[in-house]
Amino acid sequence: MSRTRTPAVAGWFAGEGDAFRLLGTRCSACAAVFFPREDTHCRNPGCPGGTLVETPLSRRGRIWSYTDTRYRPPSPYVSNPELPWEPYALIAVELESERIVVLGQAAPGTAAADLGVGMEVEVVPGVLHEDTETTWTTWNWRPTGVGA
Amino acid sequence: MTADVAVLGVGLHPWGKWGRGFVEYGAVAARAALADAGLEWRDIGSVVGANTVRGGYPGQVAGATFAKALGWQGARVTSVYAACASGAQAIAAARAQILAGLAEAVLVVGADAAPRGFFRPAGGERPEDPDWLRFRLLGATNPAYFGLYARRRMAVHGDTLEDFALVKVKNAASGALNPHARYRRRVTVEEVAASAVVADPLRLLDICATSDGGAALVLSSLEFAHRHGASEPVRIRAVSTVTPHYPSTVLDLPDIATDSAAAVEPPERSFRASIARAAYEEAGIGPEELSLAEVYDLSTALELQWYEDLGLCGEGEAAKLLREGATAPGGRIPVNASGGLASFGEAVPAQAIAQVCELTWQLRGEAGERQITGARVGITANQGLFGHGSSVIALR
Repeated sequence: MSRTRTPAVAGWFAGEGDAFRLLGTRCSACAAVFFPREDTHCRNPGCPGGTLVETPLSRRGRIWSYTDTRYRPPSPYVSNPELPWEPYALIAVELESERIVVLGQAAPGTAAADLGVGMEVEVVPGVLHEDTETTWTTWNWRPTGVGA
Repeated sequence: MTADVAVLGVGLHPWGKWGRGFVEYGAVAARAALADAGLEWRDIGSVVGANTVRGGYPGQVAGATFAKALGWQGARVTSVYAACASGAQAIAAARAQILAGLAEAVLVVGADAAPRGFFRPAGGERPEDPDWLRFRLLGATNPAYFGLYARRRMAVHGDTLEDFALVKVKNAASGALNPHARYRRRVTVEEVAASAVVADPLRLLDICATSDGGAALVLSSLEFAHRHGASEPVRIRAVSTVTPHYPSTVLDLPDIATDSAAAVEPPERSFRASIARAAYEEAGIGPEELSLAEVYDLSTALELQWYEDLGLCGEGEAAKLLREGATAPGGRIPVNASGGLASFGEAVPAQAIAQVCELTWQLRGEAGERQITGARVGITANQGLFGHGSSVIALR
């Protein structure tokens, strides 16, 4: 049975393959960028408040820091308790033009030992988990120059 | 500068994994603080509880819960929550009531009964809650954030795993002398290095446990203290409960991203540094005047970060300060003479209160084997999830 692909969180990313992007919002009055998206009010305290317009974030950035998860995280993280736990890396990435740091899971096959602060990574579509009917999608960070 | 309030009494329920309820721990600590103050519970005009999210509804109304456990006597009640900074919020509320003349003597209590393993958010589907989202989308536990900070320090400042381990060695040695601590055994660098990696690069012994515990203070006006025979009580001169300035550019629990600095330049100081700065300004006291500091060592690497954020040394110099022995007992500015969270484990709403208990014992010269000679001024520092600053300056 084929599963439906559904974002694990609505409105934070879109696109396929090379067109995949994180989606933030930008204030039309002060140009502040927000991720996760702000859709109601600009959070810049010096801004009179403008319209918040959806904006794709830069595809590439540099590693601000990284770590990994050697133990199974608790709920609401979803994992199959019957399978052995497989650690994955978490990467915090600094996007130069937005001047923001965004955390994400590393793409499968990328271990903490493969990473370094300052290394270039790009955002790619990822799978958070699957159940019988749905593939829950997310964003992953992957070092550039690594094939899919 | 605001007026001082007196610390008339302090009390702790020992930290551990006792398997009982938070109310019991809080009530034990409260009775100890009242006895230490030489007061009856009926002398207390106001009770402030630091809430716990793990005690059901009674945990959310901790002030009334503790008042009931001690026996209703009609005191004014306040309950506050600010995650790890809840204790500082409770102290701030009590101080404000005293300085406003609303109460002369206030009992402050915080207690927690911690679960096994990682802290986790409450159940249900709550995609509007950043704390729920970071677990749901990333599986980003608290130690994952500690790992990010540690790796960042290694890259930017050249800190090593041994530097981190030496923080644990120092704090475990102090904790071994503290009868209230949960872990009372010295630890070696080799033992830290041999413990399991939890969140690269941090190991189990780099990361604080979660504990049961309770802490209480009796605070009063100086006039009330004098009337009750405390001619030179330990005094609280500053309580910093500030929030960050936009844009906050350090990735903080429980956020998935920082603020963007695209439209507004980042503030001069990081949030953590601004917490201490506000306390120093309020007290009219600088870091060079401190005798000791109690900081929130959720991880070994984070203790080093606090050295810099408190201005004990310049940016990037924390590991050097540690290795010089400056932050060990007998050093220029001992940090976590109590043993810190490394020896206590975190009992969330009690911890910031327990930090002030330690300052009080040290400033009175009643800290026993872990006494810092001639302690006159101390600071506590802590940061609560969601942007809660917490710092207290006390002096003798």
